[in-house]
Amino acid sequence: MASADPVDATNPDAVKRTDLAQVPPARRPARREKSVVERAVSEALASGLLTFFVLLPLVGFHATESGTGSLVLDYRFGLVAVFALMVTAGRLVLNLTVWRGDGPRRSAARVPPKSVAEAEAVASPWPRLGAVASALVKPVFFGLAIAYPLIAVTLVGGLGPSRYWIDIGIYILTYVMLGWGLNIVVGLAGLLDLGYVAFYAVGAYTFALLSTSVPINDFLAGHLGEGFWTAWSFWVCLPVSGILAAFWGVILGFPVLRLRGDYLAIVTLAFGEIIRLVLINWVSLTNGGAGIASIPAISFFGIPFSSGEGGFAHMFGLPFDSMHRMIFLYFVILGLAALTALVTVRLRKMPVGRAWEALREDEIACRSLGINTTLTKLTAFAIGAMFGGFAGAFFAVRIRFVSPESFTFMESAVILAIVVLGGMGSQMGVAAAAILLIGGMEMLRNLSFLKNEWLFGPNFDPTLYRMLIFGFAMVAVMVWRPRGLVANRMPTIFLKQRKSVSGSLVKEGHG
Amino acid sequence: MIATTGATSPATPAAPAAAPVRPPLLKVEGVTAFYGNIIALKGVDIEVNEGEIVTLIGANGAGKSTLMMTICGAPRARDGRVIYDGQDITRLPTHEIMRMRIAQSPEGRRIFPRMSVYENLQMGAALDGGAHFQEDLAAMFELFPRLKERVSQRGGTLSGGEQQMLSIARALMGRPRLLLLDEPSLGLAPLVARQIFDVIRALNAERGLTVFLVEQNAFHALKLAHRGYVMVNGLVTMSGTGADLLARPEVRAAYLEGGR
Repeated sequence: MASADPVDATNPDAVKRTDLAQVPPARRPARREKSVVERAVSEALASGLLTFFVLLPLVGFHATESGTGSLVLDYRFGLVAVFALMVTAGRLVLNLTVWRGDGPRRSAARVPPKSVAEAEAVASPWPRLGAVASALVKPVFFGLAIAYPLIAVTLVGGLGPSRYWIDIGIYILTYVMLGWGLNIVVGLAGLLDLGYVAFYAVGAYTFALLSTSVPINDFLAGHLGEGFWTAWSFWVCLPVSGILAAFWGVILGFPVLRLRGDYLAIVTLAFGEIIRLVLINWVSLTNGGAGIASIPAISFFGIPFSSGEGGFAHMFGLPFDSMHRMIFLYFVILGLAALTALVTVRLRKMPVGRAWEALREDEIACRSLGINTTLTKLTAFAIGAMFGGFAGAFFAVRIRFVSPESFTFMESAVILAIVVLGGMGSQMGVAAAAILLIGGMEMLRNLSFLKNEWLFGPNFDPTLYRMLIFGFAMVAVMVWRPRGLVANRMPTIFLKQRKSVSGSLVKEGHG
Repeated sequence: MIATTGATSPATPAAPAAAPVRPPLLKVEGVTAFYGNIIALKGVDIEVNEGEIVTLIGANGAGKSTLMMTICGAPRARDGRVIYDGQDITRLPTHEIMRMRIAQSPEGRRIFPRMSVYENLQMGAALDGGAHFQEDLAAMFELFPRLKERVSQRGGTLSGGEQQMLSIARALMGRPRLLLLDEPSLGLAPLVARQIFDVIRALNAERGLTVFLVEQNAFHALKLAHRGYVMVNGLVTMSGTGADLLARPEVRAAYLEGGR
């Protein structure tokens, strides 16, 4: 068997690694540390072998259709060995980290903490880390985001080749912004909204319809000059998109005022689908499933990104490059996302923001304090929807084509996943989750080494496994950090010093 | 049935005597309330005069908490009227009622668990505009020194007694004239419950705060209150001064002996 070699070959290696990791000064400590290291290795070996034999018939033999139509048997023992190796390594790592020691696994390490302070310290190492770095995290993050195009262009070498990286940056920032927008509704106000994509769609279609509208174009051409609408439509329509989306947020908000939790989720889910179905079926307005094309491109505040006279490059004395528009788009979405974050931070300190958080915590207590819960919920829906509308208008001007297919439930689910994985209510967490999920899924496209002949073969497409990996990531985060990546909540007001509070002391589902 | 209110009971310290000339601060007239088709209040009449502590006692499911919530407008009274300070508030929305300097510490405390003690207190003062915030905050810390120790701690991590203190303090931050307390002793150790009752007594004696108290702990509640009402199955069956009710054999049999 060809496969036996890699397994055997790597195991001594693995033992060596663990030796070094465990007790660096002693050269051969494995004998003495029988209980931990040796058991870990033997268990890992056993798991690897088991995996190998189980997968041998399942994965090792592969029937493919040859050119003439007859079936040809393929052998993929290398792949089986790779799987076995992955299991061995994974088991080893788990044995040495999470599953250490005897007795009941996992629970052994977690002795119930005694005091509250101890509990906070034990349950989450983040506050201690955060105390050091929290002052730096946000400026660094924002600085990196601003410098990102420059970094990308420098590293890749030239404007043209950096297109892919700028594109990913725009893509991720769109989701950061959507996540922050939904965070207002779900994270702060505690209203589970599964139809957020509806507002995204409203924003996108508002901009698409208005900017391609012939009557508006003709009217403005008569008054403000030819080409005015093409140049300025985005900047005029952006607020309109936000306002219309907010309006639809209120429309959705009214019937669901009395609902909470699961019931609210189902109604909002239906709302998202209704908007999509209307977009498909109202052909006379939206052109149905064919979508709306030839949306005018973004302009630099009225100056088009064109090669000719009067274009952006000409005005600023630069050589023309189509990447100028991309980089400008990047800064537009960065600005929009920053606006979302700033507004949220400001609102959290204002009565309405605090009322949102109080509403999430306890609706009855809110009412007993004289808070108008109706108004509070509607403002949360409206403001969350408004940012969704902004993001939608941006989406339309970036792609320059909208169709109902872009606004499926999957989009809502991804945005909600970003908010939940990031830690509800935490802005940095949401940003981190967006980078991880969207950027990570995008990075899967680049794993071309997986297409090696001995591994998965040239027909293997890693992107097909995106959803699988996505699911695994969600399960993993929810197992290890059940309240999201950043589970702490910073009080908006404080007496002497700001002290972050851990999420692990409050029951799940409450943050 | 009604004993003379003027007879000062030895259990209560000198409180501002309720002036009989003035109309009561809170008046509940023949109020009925329903949960769906199930009747919860069958025509209740209650009066709370300015400066009084009035308690409502009764068994589980008698409708005590329902009455308290009906005063606040949720559920809304189907018949009858709720009059506060001479104004009919029966049909007002809850949040407007709560803005008329009526404060409530709801059943089960209902503090905001993820917010710090400080933020909880600020929520209580949210409607006030924050004009007297620092002043009121200092007063609360004087009243409940424990809250000062826990000021940056999350509400959900407080003990039951501290949560109750926070709930009362949060209600007081709105500078109420009438404080509605729903079972403040629920789930508390007797010693802690007594502390809470002491605070209520002090608030009434020193600030002249009017308190309407719903309690299952009949003994303590009646000792504390100037007057009391007994509720059975959605109806007020007895009323009188606290001392008077405490002395009644029916009350003793139903709520004190064996129940205590």
